[in-house]
Amino acid sequence: MDLFLHQILAGLATGGIYASVALALVMIYQATHLVNFAQGEMAMFATYLAWALLQAGVPYWGAFAITVASAFVLGVALERIVIRPVENSPILVIVIVFIALLVIFNSVAGWIFSYTIKPFPSPFPAQPLFGNSYVSSHELGSTAITLVVLLLLFVFFRFTPLGLAMRAAAQNPVSSRLVGIRVGWMLALGWGLAAAIGAVAGMMVAPTVFLEPNMMGGVLLYAFAGALLGGIDSPGGAVLGGFIVGVLENVVGAYVGTELKLTLALVVIVGVLVVRPSGMFGRVNVVRV
Amino acid sequence: MSTTAARGTTAGPAAAGHAPREGSADGTAGRGAPSLLDVRGLAAQYGPTKVLHGIDFSVGESGITAILGANGAGKTTLLRAVCNMIRTSGEVRLAGERIDGLQTESIVRRGVAHVPDGRGTFMNLSVEENLRLGAHTRKDRAEIGDDCERMYAHFPRLKERRRQQAGTLSGGEQQMLAVSRALMLRPRLLLLDEPSFGLAPLIVQQLFEILRGINQSERIGMLLVEQNAAMALALADHAYLLETGRVVMSGPAETIRSDESIRRSYLGY
Repeated sequence: MDLFLHQILAGLATGGIYASVALALVMIYQATHLVNFAQGEMAMFATYLAWALLQAGVPYWGAFAITVASAFVLGVALERIVIRPVENSPILVIVIVFIALLVIFNSVAGWIFSYTIKPFPSPFPAQPLFGNSYVSSHELGSTAITLVVLLLLFVFFRFTPLGLAMRAAAQNPVSSRLVGIRVGWMLALGWGLAAAIGAVAGMMVAPTVFLEPNMMGGVLLYAFAGALLGGIDSPGGAVLGGFIVGVLENVVGAYVGTELKLTLALVVIVGVLVVRPSGMFGRVNVVRV
Repeated sequence: MSTTAARGTTAGPAAAGHAPREGSADGTAGRGAPSLLDVRGLAAQYGPTKVLHGIDFSVGESGITAILGANGAGKTTLLRAVCNMIRTSGEVRLAGERIDGLQTESIVRRGVAHVPDGRGTFMNLSVEENLRLGAHTRKDRAEIGDDCERMYAHFPRLKERRRQQAGTLSGGEQQMLAVSRALMLRPRLLLLDEPSFGLAPLIVQQLFEILRGINQSERIGMLLVEQNAAMALALADHAYLLETGRVVMSGPAETIRSDESIRRSYLGY
């Protein structure tokens, strides 16, 4: 029973990471109707930046803040410089740009920082908090940070005029222009936010999976499974889906075998697409012909 | 001149036969004061298809100009061209300043609100959020709430449904929402694309009363595109008749309304 409880809690901790990345995917999906395959590598790259800052002696939370801010700027710049020119191209072109970004970030990170695996520190103490034996401080802390990020985003999108404008721009660009919203900038802002969320997720997952250019490959797959499970156009659903996939992954890993962990993500992806393509909370798109 | 020819959907060959009649042949409202909107040689096309062929018209300072015409005459295109939503050429001046070539967003930010064809509802957002989006460019955050209340006073139905997803509203309610959203900008110029579309006759009358009231109390200029010629002519001070992308007639609304031959041949009532 203890083991089971531990697996659930640990699953929630990794699930939080998946939930964040899933949310980043959904944010870009809502605006472009495409999955940004480079999301994971962008997060990885940001994590390397944090690592470099830490090596340079910057205190952890300082490095954390600088990394999130830089990731935001990088995301905005990517949208303006790389995505904007292909915005109206056929889907295949944009998908290839995403894949190119994935490969570029991956190899540039390998080139600058080498492919050797590096340890990445956790900001949380090594001994368990509150004397519990179920969950490590890092798991608890990273879950808390994930929840804070999700809460901040919720408040931002729900209660601020800018958040409202971003939602409007994503779902109805034509009408948004007619009320004076600068739609192009809203999309860029979306990329910035997605990159910033990814950076947080990267820094939270790095202490567990260790820092290397391929560290986000699995995370992206789980996050994608989570986003699909919850509904790729539903932010709340994606977050829930991320947590569910995290718990499932851990339980399957503990009771069935770790070899099947990644398989599980693929089973979820294929299963959702076959049984219920819109996910748990996604909207079924009906096209009038 | 038969009445059927005028309302027919393909008035192509017939259009060429009518020279612009009545007064201002240059197609302007012809007032002494500078116009709020002044358009010269406006042309627009969708791909290779030309829809507007060099149109001149204007909206007077706090005046109401109606653009009348059958389906396919280019009325909606004309409004889209004014706020640069499609490829256009020609000169568009708002209060003397050139706005052609500006981005749609920038034109809106200069005070041009648009009730678009198809209503432009933000389907997944609530009614209240739709209204607040209308005021997106305004800085006076405090007064936005009051303006929402004013819209609710105009259209109590919207108030009942303020928390509801706008996509669940009926067509008529979405039309009210579109007009309210445009007014939330506190525009200088309001472009209205078939505001009566989908509304019950009684509501249409109310809506036009509201528009008249707003026009008089807040001095908002309006460019009104309508198929309901009787209602439009009653509201407008000036009218232009559009046929396959050309102005075939223009003049004071009063004159057009009282000219029986125009009414019969072009307006079909």
